[in-house]
Amino acid sequence: MARPLFSDAADHGWTLVFLAWVVATTASLSALFLGEVMGYTPCVLCWYQRICMFPLVPVLAAGLFPFDRRVTRYALPLALAGWLLALFHWGVASGLIPERVTPCSQGVPCSQELVVWFGFLTLPMLSVLAFSAILFLLLLTRFKVPQ
Amino acid sequence: MKKTLFIAAAAVLLLAFLGATLYYTQERGDEAQRHASQNQAALERPHAPTLGPTRAKVRIVEFLDPACETCRRFYPFVKDMLIAHPEEIHLTLRYAPFHQGSDQVVALLMAAQKQGRHWEALEALLNTQNDWVAHHVVQPDRVWPHLEGLGLDLAQLRRDAADPEIARLIAQDLADAQTLNVTKTPEFFVDGQPLPSFGYEQLKEMVDAALARAYPR
Repeated sequence: MARPLFSDAADHGWTLVFLAWVVATTASLSALFLGEVMGYTPCVLCWYQRICMFPLVPVLAAGLFPFDRRVTRYALPLALAGWLLALFHWGVASGLIPERVTPCSQGVPCSQELVVWFGFLTLPMLSVLAFSAILFLLLLTRFKVPQ
Repeated sequence: MKKTLFIAAAAVLLLAFLGATLYYTQERGDEAQRHASQNQAALERPHAPTLGPTRAKVRIVEFLDPACETCRRFYPFVKDMLIAHPEEIHLTLRYAPFHQGSDQVVALLMAAQKQGRHWEALEALLNTQNDWVAHHVVQPDRVWPHLEGLGLDLAQLRRDAADPEIARLIAQDLADAQTLNVTKTPEFFVDGQPLPSFGYEQLKEMVDAALARAYPR
């Protein structure tokens, strides 16, 4: 186990959940920026990922004050579902999964890349990274922080 | 300590979001203004229906989709402005039929224009929009009943609407909409400049400012 960042286990757990909250909030605000400010219409898969990401912000925050490590019980299912959706979306966007078997052939296609940063960083990839980070932090809290 | 850290993080993230939003809308507004200034020729075309005297100095160009709900809601508002300033405002109407099947309705309106009944037909259709648009898709068969009783020769209207010339004019409107970056309806240009952001208030402010400029008391 990594050296605790704070003096005791509860502090360690708090830090992990707090970091997960920072990732979820950053991801949620970024999604809102792309959708509401830049005016990109989210595709179907993006909506499902939003459904998993947005509630993590209040749920994780509620678990911080006072700290309740059982917050992972409620946050992990959301994080896991979002992570699976993000992986699927990444597969569609990178052509590993053909678009025709996906539920979004009408309207905004999920395979269309709206944004490519630094030549490789796409939105589905960012989503995978964000959900992976949250999942990792919550699993650490769940299994590595002593009661 | 923890509370302070949490509040600080929340504040930083929120401020970053607000800052980015402000910066982005500002940049986009400037860009839209430059873009409109460079493409003034695409705003007014001879075929487009107009309201108000040609000599009027305040010129509004509206891109409208007859199947668009927001366009229907804006229509009385724009008309009230024209009624309040009958000598000062000139309105040019351009069509941006973005809804599925809406181009067929625009063809009918342009055909009605040939019979000098454009505005009557437009108002009749906007007033009954709920009846002939279902889930954002135009139901062409349900448009016709609302064109009766307006003094239109409906047989002639049907022939004119199928005229390739009208299809060409619709294509011209759509091409101009694209040139001017009109992607949503209604879109307004006041004296050649787009609205800084969308809304009744923004339109009213822009028109009032243009009126004050053109007709100082």
